[in-house]
Amino acid sequence: MDPHHRRNQLLSIAGTIVLLALLYVASTQGSDYTIRILNNIAIFIILAVSYNLINGITGQFSLAPNAFVAIGAYTSALLTLTPLEKEISFIIEPCIWPLSVITLPFSVSLIAAGGVAALLAFLMGFPVFRTRGDYLAIVTLGFGEVVRVIANNTQSITNGPLGLKGIADYTNIWWAWGFAIITVFLIGRIIRSSYGMAMKAVKFDQAAAEAVGINTYWHKMLAFTTSAFFQGVGGGLLAHLITTISPVLFTFFLTFNLLIIIVAGGLGSTTGVIFAAILFTWGGEALRFVEEPMDLGFINIPGIPGMRMVIFSLILVLVMIFARQGLMGTREFNWNWLCRKLGIGGRS
Amino acid sequence: MSLLAVKHLTMKFGGLVAVNDFDLALEKNEIVGLIGPNGAGKTTLFNMIAGYYTPTEGMIHYQGKSITGQKANRITKAGIARTFQNIRLFSELSVIENVMIGYHCRIKSTFLGATLRLPLYCREEKMMVEGAMNILQEVGLEDVAREMSTSLPYGKQRRLEIARALSTGPQLLLLDEPAAGMNPTETQDLLQLILKLRKNYDLTVFLIEHDMKFVMEICERIKVLDYGVTIAEGTPREIQNNPRVIEAYLGEVHSA
Repeated sequence: MDPHHRRNQLLSIAGTIVLLALLYVASTQGSDYTIRILNNIAIFIILAVSYNLINGITGQFSLAPNAFVAIGAYTSALLTLTPLEKEISFIIEPCIWPLSVITLPFSVSLIAAGGVAALLAFLMGFPVFRTRGDYLAIVTLGFGEVVRVIANNTQSITNGPLGLKGIADYTNIWWAWGFAIITVFLIGRIIRSSYGMAMKAVKFDQAAAEAVGINTYWHKMLAFTTSAFFQGVGGGLLAHLITTISPVLFTFFLTFNLLIIIVAGGLGSTTGVIFAAILFTWGGEALRFVEEPMDLGFINIPGIPGMRMVIFSLILVLVMIFARQGLMGTREFNWNWLCRKLGIGGRS
Repeated sequence: MSLLAVKHLTMKFGGLVAVNDFDLALEKNEIVGLIGPNGAGKTTLFNMIAGYYTPTEGMIHYQGKSITGQKANRITKAGIARTFQNIRLFSELSVIENVMIGYHCRIKSTFLGATLRLPLYCREEKMMVEGAMNILQEVGLEDVAREMSTSLPYGKQRRLEIARALSTGPQLLLLDEPAAGMNPTETQDLLQLILKLRKNYDLTVFLIEHDMKFVMEICERIKVLDYGVTIAEGTPREIQNNPRVIEAYLGEVHSA
């Protein structure tokens, strides 16, 4: 269809190689701090791009990603911890069998994390997609909260509010970015396939989608379950990056952060969401100074924790008022556009 | 056997009877019109046949099988396609994508197969593009295939709605006011288009329309609905001279 298809494919591959080379440089030369931020960026790309599939592409305003990230984080952490570590951690009630004796490789635990999150999403989907619009938002919000409360109270599985400690720090730049690239690639493929087209149709006009024979219920389920799978994997990577997880990590706050990213990036635009995820994660670090005590000479401001969130919320409000489309709207960055700007490749 | 047989179809919304005891038998390749004043229950009837409403009473049989109360997407897959009174295109999809999407419900590739672009999906995608292009050629939109559907002028958007309905591979086409808002030339073009499509795609057409000239010219049979009740039925000539139809449209004639 596109005359420049082959060239664009090569450019994409070249772009990926350049990215990998840069990551290699960062992983050998960069400070721990830089590497940490890069890992965070990769995980947020995974979470936001997959969240965009259900919210931006299929138009179902789900507020449950924190639940899937939590499930993924707990699943993979419980699978990689050794029996001895579990025995030490679970001081109030012992860990239930068979979790108490299992130890699996990191890669298997990540896939399991995605699988369990996807299974939960699939089961949740049956009641959730009986509702639409605002009601769907409320139902998913409720589910997110339910998962957190369960994590807080199932002492013998999640170790309750104490959380899990001493998780091996397996997540490095290659795991995080490897999965980020896979996520972006696969979700991009989904969006461009006829399934993705059908998902967009569900967003624009559900009645018309049914009129062209699309099973709207099933396509919402597909988007929801797929998105949950990647969020589960992202949760697993997160757990092995910060090495300590507890239910407070997975409050609605996490969903809210992801929501800022996808709205600021442009609901429905994968590349927009990637840019927003990078800006958000990097910006969150760069803005740390606003929470520190400041001495401006004539006035002394004490450190206010949470000031960054005020700034992010303000940005969200401004985006909603002045740039409702976000960074990219529903457009995507593409090579044709870049080549035109650079004046190569002739007309298109 | 009739292609579509509707018996005693009734739709009540609370105390309001929108359609009452409606009967219809559509034979293959017919073009049948449904007319009536505003609020007569025409679109409600379409919504029942197309699966958007479950009828309160009555039966709908399509090709001898009951489709009463089935979901809209199932009915589309069974071979009944519809257009909407107010244009409902997928606004952020291109013209060709709007038509390609009708093939989606018929592809055999699984979600995973499409994501991984397995050979079967690649073949099916090619078929979707070619099929959509053929239909666009048929309705005369092939040169705007890459444009956004909302950038088209009104008359072309109407055509695109018909093209999209065709892409689902229907035997029966339900057209809800296809000529609404068109000027006389456009209406005439539409008339020719519908006749051509019927021939090329072996279609049966059931349409709602307010443009009487159009209805009388294209339809072989007409049914007239008023306040949900069928008040007349017959050939265009019979309908034009039916006193009850004239009364429904123009009000009762009082003799001095």
